[in-house]
Amino acid sequence: MILQCRNTNSNTGTQETHRKRSVQQRPLRLAVIGCGRRIVFVAVSSVNPLPKQVKIVEVGPRDGLQNEKLTVPTEVKLQFIDMLSETGLPVIEATSFVSPKWIPQMADQAEVTQGIRKRPGVVYPVLAPNLKGFQAAVKAGADEVAIFSTVSELFAMKNANCSVEESLQRAEEVTRAAKAAGVRVRGYVSCVLGCPYEGHVSPDKVAQMAKHIYAMGCYEISLGDTIGVGTPGSMRAMLDAVSKEVPVDRLAVHCHDTYGQALANILVALQMGVSVVDSSVAGLGGCPYAPGASGNVATEDLVYMLHGLGIHTGVDLQKVMDAGAFICRFLNRRTSSKVAQASCRL
Amino acid sequence: MGNVPAALKHCLSYEQLTRDYPWLAAWLQREKVRGAFIFPADSRNAITDLPKFVKIVEVGPRDGLQNEKEIVPTDVKIQFIDLLSKTGLPAIEATSFVSSKWVPQMADHTDVLQGIHRAPQVKYPVLTPNLRGFRTAIAAGATEVAVFGSASETFSRKNINCSIEESMQRFEEVVRAAKELQIPVRGYVSCVLGCPYEGDIEPSKVTKVVKTLYGMGCYEISLGDTIGVGTPGSMARLLDSVKKEVPMSTLAVHCHDTYGQALANILVALQMGVSVVDSSVAGLGGCPYAKGASGNVSTEDVLYMLHGLGVETGVDLSKVMEAGDFICKALNRKTNSKVAQAKCRL
Repeated sequence: MILQCRNTNSNTGTQETHRKRSVQQRPLRLAVIGCGRRIVFVAVSSVNPLPKQVKIVEVGPRDGLQNEKLTVPTEVKLQFIDMLSETGLPVIEATSFVSPKWIPQMADQAEVTQGIRKRPGVVYPVLAPNLKGFQAAVKAGADEVAIFSTVSELFAMKNANCSVEESLQRAEEVTRAAKAAGVRVRGYVSCVLGCPYEGHVSPDKVAQMAKHIYAMGCYEISLGDTIGVGTPGSMRAMLDAVSKEVPVDRLAVHCHDTYGQALANILVALQMGVSVVDSSVAGLGGCPYAPGASGNVATEDLVYMLHGLGIHTGVDLQKVMDAGAFICRFLNRRTSSKVAQASCRL
Repeated sequence: MGNVPAALKHCLSYEQLTRDYPWLAAWLQREKVRGAFIFPADSRNAITDLPKFVKIVEVGPRDGLQNEKEIVPTDVKIQFIDLLSKTGLPAIEATSFVSSKWVPQMADHTDVLQGIHRAPQVKYPVLTPNLRGFRTAIAAGATEVAVFGSASETFSRKNINCSIEESMQRFEEVVRAAKELQIPVRGYVSCVLGCPYEGDIEPSKVTKVVKTLYGMGCYEISLGDTIGVGTPGSMARLLDSVKKEVPMSTLAVHCHDTYGQALANILVALQMGVSVVDSSVAGLGGCPYAKGASGNVSTEDVLYMLHGLGVETGVDLSKVMEAGDFICKALNRKTNSKVAQAKCRL
């Protein structure tokens, strides 16, 4: 005898999220099986099935290059982004409209935004840390921007020279202006699994921050393990908290590989329903908080894993490796991607 | 949780449930569930529903050093193993009784085995590819041995100069002799997720070899992704096949990180019930099939993940890093462990 009872998923109960819910978000079905005197529960919809499709957000030209010591000339950046545009990557973060005083690498932000050959169907978001940056971005032709937030006061002070509250006010100005201009805004939360100054970060704090910037109007929230200290355990706990406040199909993960945990963390995120992953070709961009250590997870290694899992990305791995080889040759550095290292038989 | 009282919940393992209710596996298959999990309340537990304890088998002194170009002097090997003996690692593969003609690095096998300070509670298995090697190992004081098989016919011929069947006959002799002396034998199967010569390997081929080794009397079978091409998808498919023939508790995974997939593959293996993981301190041992690429997964990175997941190992990560630091200095090379790279702030 089998009875079936439906149990609503603890995530959210809204109609909208129900509609867009992926396989692993459907309500947990519990079958009660009776045989003789024994009655057992069998859960028949587990969270383990993975998304059929994952959107990869390529951050190499911005987050990657921003952390490279060598300043890359504008024409090389343009060639690099144009190569990435041919790979099938649906989103390529092109540059950052921060003051060149802080980030000299991004001084040519307007020329890069104006110079790239935008491929139809590909989105090219740019960072806009404040209203001034947003206005400059829109003037340069940007049609999508990203704002940055953090739950760590010390990190906000050291990174953006303001408090968390001030950074949120700046973000609010940007999202308001973006709404008025019909420009989409992506939100980042950094230090979600640990802070280089404050150490442990509470999942509830991250959840509240994600909720706040989602309510501001960000269409997607990218949760960044900025110093790569997270493990599948802390990733799970954090996503458990955040997904109660923001629909999981609006979440992305941005994992750093500083402690080698990125792909395992991404796998758990996928198992929990996340289907957007940020990565950087060739694993560009070290970790400024641990000199010599690696930073962003490599797009090649991520694509290799996703394709091995039968997940569709639309990305051509070989073309990504070509773009990686190009930028590494220019930067005169070895790729951080293990797939590229293995494939090149260096 | 619906309207079924908690008192009726009964938590069983999947294997036991499908034994008790043979129709259940087919029913679950019809419900399109890949690997249903049985758990009482929170479905999300399945993601990190992991073994409480994972045994780490340290293969650095054998598998690691065997693939390093520089020949390490005997006293350095002994000091290295003695450092590892203080870390809490329960099993340290000390050396290999192969012909020094084939593996010059292991020429000092007897001196190493006799020279190390054996910590109580720590096992020091040694490789014995044939009866002759076994006898030499016993004469040198070995108390546990290991035999190496392959799931790929071509790899078997190229690596140990005989067919899979011939290799099984040799191992049978070793196991028989070992049984008489009550020496436990560990079995290895290489190329379980891909072969450098044959490409994809059918899980059924691996299962056949595993079943043979288990039937012979090996107490544990380590499944080796020899060229690191596996992904969590192929790992899950492999384990799905193998677990039908041998208990999960007898399986270990030996993942190479050549394509950066090792930790994700290990995580999936743990989620499926494997609780023994092979690794190599500092990620020693490159991949002879992809020059310049990495090989063994680093013990430090595995420990970081397991401890972050709340899994006990009994191993002190900082002492492992010291041992890694020692051997990298002796080899004049950089560690492959990302955890070590991040913590050293090189």
